Amino acid sequence: MNFLDRLRGAGFDFFTGVPDSTFKRLLCEIETRPEFAYVPAVSENVAVGLAAGAHLGGRTPVIFMQNAGLALAVNALASLAILYRIPMLLVVGWRGHDGKDSPEHRITGAVTLPLLDLLGVPTFVPARDTIDEELSRAIAAMHGPVALVCRPGVLA
Amino acid sequence: MMRRAEAIARAVAALDDDIVVTANGWIGRETCAAADRPEHFYMLGSMGLAAPIALGIALAQPERRVTIFDGDGNLFMTLGTLAMIAEQRPANLLHVVFDNGVYGSTGGQRSPSQHVALDALALAAGYANVECVMTVEELDVALRQRANGPAFLRVKVAAEADGDAPRVPHEPEEIARRVREAIAARAEVS
Repeated sequence: MNFLDRLRGAGFDFFTGVPDSTFKRLLCEIETRPEFAYVPAVSENVAVGLAAGAHLGGRTPVIFMQNAGLALAVNALASLAILYRIPMLLVVGWRGHDGKDSPEHRITGAVTLPLLDLLGVPTFVPARDTIDEELSRAIAAMHGPVALVCRPGVLA
Repeated sequence: MMRRAEAIARAVAALDDDIVVTANGWIGRETCAAADRPEHFYMLGSMGLAAPIALGIALAQPERRVTIFDGDGNLFMTLGTLAMIAEQRPANLLHVVFDNGVYGSTGGQRSPSQHVALDALALAAGYANVECVMTVEELDVALRQRANGPAFLRVKVAAEADGDAPRVPHEPEEIARRVREAIAARAEVS
């Protein structure tokens, strides 16, 4: 079962996000599958707002984003999703992990996990063979936003 | 020119069966002061996200009518949301903007809306219906007629640096809980 089907199987039923090359294949696939009713967002802070609304409307949302967009969404997380305790799964592509990658990803890559930690967002970093386990742990911790931070290739 | 608090009070009275998402600052406070319904989602922070939140509710609850009480400063922060709403075309969504041309909650500094017409932007984005009202009478008619969504209603109001409505008295978690429960309760009945 691929990751998208795992998410559906786990009860997620609202899908939004902003394209990230880390999830190139997944986000091309999700757009071709009407059962996901994927709603493309124009920015990651807007995606957090959209997901919050979906939750108020009875859904369980997932947001795909790059870590650069996570930085953009900090206020949306702090003053909306975390403050109001709105559950949502952030699937975050980790560019600039371990000091690798092109220059524009260096600084955000280095602070991605500390930033989530400072915000108090429960964060899980799966390897290829621990995705199911880390997804289950993330769902168990989802009393507000939780993050699954994925190095390129982990979900491919 | 209309006062914002009066325009909000009339809109609250006319939209008493809607789920309403309010922009932060005076708009939320004046909505709460006009009527404190469980179907009101008072956005306290996250400036710019009232429209995305309302779009999320409208997509999740296509049978319910959903209204945004936005401000011009709020909307300019996330202008791309106009394109998302136009693309998703939720027929149940009404986007009201109380446009005073200033950042009223921070002292009345000017916003771009003094030179850029938000209703023209909504029309260009592709909203199904777009209207601009200047008087209480025009506002009442527009709310009563309720155009098919996604609809955009620009309400020109006077620039006031301050208001006198008290802060929203509820804790954020409580605001979210009661909106979600009110929506779920209605969904069960229908």
